[in-house]
Amino acid sequence: MQNIAPKLTHEQYEKNFAEIKPALSPAAAIAEANRCLYCYDSPCTKACPTHIDIPAFIKKIATRNMKGSAKTILESNWVALTCAKACPVAVLCEGACVFNAKSEPPIEIGLLQRYAMDEYFSSGMPALFTKAPAAGKSVGIIGSGPAGLACAAELALHGVEAIIYEAKDIPGGLDTWGIAPYKVRKEDSLKEVGLIESLGVTIKTGIKIGTNLQVDELLSKHDALFLGIGLGESHELAIEGENTPGVIGALQFIADVKREDWQNVVVGKRVAVIGAGNTAIDAATEARRLGAEQVLIVYRRSQHEMPAYGFEFDLAKTDGVQFYFLSAPVKVLGTESVTGLKCIKMELGEPDKQGRRSPKPVPGSEFILELDMVIKSIGQQTNAAFLQQLQDVVIESGKVVVDDVTYQTGNPKIFAGGDCINGGKEVVNAAYDGKRAALGIIQFLLG
Amino acid sequence: MADLSINCAGIKSPNPFWLASAPPSNSAYQNCKAFEEGWGGTVWKTIGEPVMNVCNRYGGLDYNGQKLMGLNNIELISDRDIAVNLKEMAETKKMWPDRAVIASLMVESDRQVWHDIVKRTVDTGVDGIELNYGCPHGMSERGMGSAVGQVPEYCQMITEWVTEVSTIPVLVKLTPNIGNIQGPARAAKKGGAHGISLINTINSIMGVNLDTFETFPSVEGKGGHGGLAGPIVKPIALNLLSQVAIDKEVNLPISGIGGISNWRDAAEFILLGANSVQVCTAVMHYGFRIIKDMTEGLSNWMDEKGFTSLDQVRGKALHRIDDFGNLNLLFKSVARIDQKKCIHCNLCYIACNDGAHQCIDLSQENGVSKTVVREEDCVGCDLCSIVCPVENCIEMVRIDDGAQHKTWNSLMSDFKAQNESLSWEKLREFQKKHGIEIH
Repeated sequence: MQNIAPKLTHEQYEKNFAEIKPALSPAAAIAEANRCLYCYDSPCTKACPTHIDIPAFIKKIATRNMKGSAKTILESNWVALTCAKACPVAVLCEGACVFNAKSEPPIEIGLLQRYAMDEYFSSGMPALFTKAPAAGKSVGIIGSGPAGLACAAELALHGVEAIIYEAKDIPGGLDTWGIAPYKVRKEDSLKEVGLIESLGVTIKTGIKIGTNLQVDELLSKHDALFLGIGLGESHELAIEGENTPGVIGALQFIADVKREDWQNVVVGKRVAVIGAGNTAIDAATEARRLGAEQVLIVYRRSQHEMPAYGFEFDLAKTDGVQFYFLSAPVKVLGTESVTGLKCIKMELGEPDKQGRRSPKPVPGSEFILELDMVIKSIGQQTNAAFLQQLQDVVIESGKVVVDDVTYQTGNPKIFAGGDCINGGKEVVNAAYDGKRAALGIIQFLLG
Repeated sequence: MADLSINCAGIKSPNPFWLASAPPSNSAYQNCKAFEEGWGGTVWKTIGEPVMNVCNRYGGLDYNGQKLMGLNNIELISDRDIAVNLKEMAETKKMWPDRAVIASLMVESDRQVWHDIVKRTVDTGVDGIELNYGCPHGMSERGMGSAVGQVPEYCQMITEWVTEVSTIPVLVKLTPNIGNIQGPARAAKKGGAHGISLINTINSIMGVNLDTFETFPSVEGKGGHGGLAGPIVKPIALNLLSQVAIDKEVNLPISGIGGISNWRDAAEFILLGANSVQVCTAVMHYGFRIIKDMTEGLSNWMDEKGFTSLDQVRGKALHRIDDFGNLNLLFKSVARIDQKKCIHCNLCYIACNDGAHQCIDLSQENGVSKTVVREEDCVGCDLCSIVCPVENCIEMVRIDDGAQHKTWNSLMSDFKAQNESLSWEKLREFQKKHGIEIH
C-alpha cells in the first residue's frame, strides 16, 4: 500500500472502538422501565420483526423480575443481545413507540433489552426453557449466523437434534464478524453462541460444505437441512484496476477489524468507500477510527437515494467522513498499489421500477481522487457456486426462494432463512427467519 | 396580590402554611430557619412525657420509581426536655412575632399534669396549643395519642382539662384511625376546643423485605405499625376534612393536614374548608425551601381566580359534598376519544375491556390501531379517560338533556309513596322508562 495510516496507541484504539451507546445503570434501567406506558397490543411489538412482547419484558425489569424479562425476550429472539445493540431501533421498535406521537422521547427499548440480556448472561444463564423429549430427528444447519443459531435453538427446544456447520474458525456469522465493534463486540455474539450451545446444539467450525464435507453426505446424515449461509463476497465494481492491491471488499475489511487486533489491520491514509449503505458507513467510520486521515464515501446517487439510515449518516459525518454524492468510480489508478480513483459526475434521470431515479454519467466530468485504499461496499453477491450444488433449490434475483410460512425451498428437505433469502437485511430479520424456519422444519418432520 | 394571611381560631399568621408537629419542627434552629424561608407558622414537635426513640424510625414507599409516595414513622414525641423546648419556643416567638408558634402537647391522662404543662406553655407567649390525640404508635400503647383520639369521651375530658386553664386558643389534632371522625371532633367541641387539626398519621406497615422478610421500618429486624403520611394519604385527609367541615355540630376552624406537598394540594384543602394547612413529609423530602412555590403559587392562583383573600376560597367546594343517595341517577355522560390526539397505546381499550364494561372497540386501520367507544354501551364510568396518558384525549361528554333529575333517595321516596318496596323488577321498570339498559 502506498501510504499506510499511522498506528495509534492501544488506548486510542480502545477509545475509538468503545461502545457508542453505553449500558444503562440498574437505577437508570428501572427508571426508564417505569416510564413505559405498558401499551396494549403495542406498536413497538408490531414494529419488531421478531415481535418481542416489549411492554412485558420492560415491566418485568421494573419489578426486578430479570429472569422473566430475559425469558420474554428469548421466547421471540435468540440473538437478543446482538439485536439490542445492532438493531436500527429508531426505525423499528423505538420509532413506533407511542411517546413519539406525544412529542416525548421514546422508551429506550434497545438499551432496556440490552440491560435484560446483560443481566441474564452475567447471572450465569439460568435455564429458562424445558426441552421436549428427543424426537429422533436430526437437522443439519449450514452457517452459524443469526438465522442458523435461531433455527438450531428452536429445533433443540423441540427435541430435534441440531448440528451447525460453520466454515469459519469462530462461530456467529455476521453477528461475530460483520457488525462494527463500537456497536457489538465479538464476545457479545459469542455469549449468544454459548447460550445456544447450552441448549444441546452442536457447532462444528472449520467445515466448508462442498470442500471438506459434501452436500450429499449432509442430506443422507440429516432428515432436513437449513441454509443460513448469508450472502457471498462483496459485489465487483466492474471497473478497470479493480484487482490493484489496496482494493478490498467491505465485509473482509470489517471482519479484519472484528479480530480486534487493531494494530495489525491494514488501512490506508486516504480511503474511499464505494457505496452508501449501512455497511459502507460501518467500513468508513471503522477506517477513520483505525487512523485513516481522510475517508470518502463515493456514491452514484444523491443523499436522498442513499440506503443508509439517517443516524448512520450522522455518525459518519460526526466521524469526519466526506461524502461524494452523484459520483461513480470509473477506474482504479495505480499499478503496484492504489494511488487514486478516477470518478465521473452523475446526474439523476427517470425513476426506475423501484421508483429510484437512475444515475447517468455527465460527459466530460471525470475527476481524480488521490487515494491509498478503496473499499467496495455496493452489496454482496449470492453464494451461487454453493447454491447450484443443491438440487431443486430455486434462486430468483439472487435470493433463495422459500415458502412464506414454512421457509421450505423447492427441495422439500431443504429450508432457508436470513440474508440468503432476503438479499441482506438486519440481524433481527435473520433471527426471525431462523425461528420460523425451525417451526416449518418441525412441521415437516413431525407433522 | 391576594392576601394570604389567616386567622385560624384566633391564631394569626401571614400565610396559611404551618409546619406540622413533626421532625421538621423539632427545634428552635429548624423553626427559625423555616420562618426565614417564609413559613407562616409552626406547630412545634409535641412535647410532654419522657420518651426514648429507636433507630430506624422511617419507612418510605416508592411507586414506579417515584420516591416517597408515602412516609411512615415510628418516631415518638420530642425526646428533648420540656424545659428546653419551652425556652426555645419563647425565644422563637419573641424573634418572630408575626408568625404563629403553636405548642403541641401530650402528657398522661391526669388533670393536674395537663394543668401544669398548659400553664407552663401559656407562659412562653406562644399563640396557641395543639393537643396531640393522633399519634398511632409508641404513645398510644401508653394510653396517649390516638388512644385518646379514638375515644370521644377521653377526647372531651382532656380537652376540658386544657381549656379550663388555657388563655390561648386550643386546637385538637385528630387521628384518622377511627370509623367516624365526627365523634371525636364533636367531643373536642364539647370540651371547649377552638379548632380542629386533622389528620394525624395512618396506621401502617410499609412493606416486607423479600430477602430477609423484615418489615419496614426495621429495628434490629423487628418492627410493627407506624404512622403513614405523605402524598398517598391526601385523599383520605380530604375526605375526613370534609366530614368535619360539613358537620354543623362541630363548626370550628380546621387546620388541614395530610399529604400537602405544594400549593395545589393546599388550595384543595382550603376549598374543602381548611383554614391553615400543615406540612411535614414534603419538607422532610425537600426541605423548607418548598415554601416559596407554595405561597407564590397559591397567590397567583387566587389572582387568576379573582380571590383577594383566603376567606373567599375557604369551603368553596364543600357544597358539592353530598351523600350518594342525593346524586342524580339520570345524569348521563359517555367517553369520546379524540382520534387526532390518540397515540394508540390502547390502554383505554384494555382497561375498559378487562376492568370495566367492554364498550371500547379496538380495530386496525392501515396498520394502526383504533379505539372507538360504543356510546350506547358506555356507562360513563370515566376509567378510560383516567388511564389515558394524553391530556384531554378522552373527554367525558354529557349526553342527557339535563331536564331529568332523580336521586336514589327520591326514588325510594317515590316507591314508598306508591306503597312499593325496592325490588329488581321495580328498579328495571324505572331504568326502562329512562332508556337505561344494563349489560
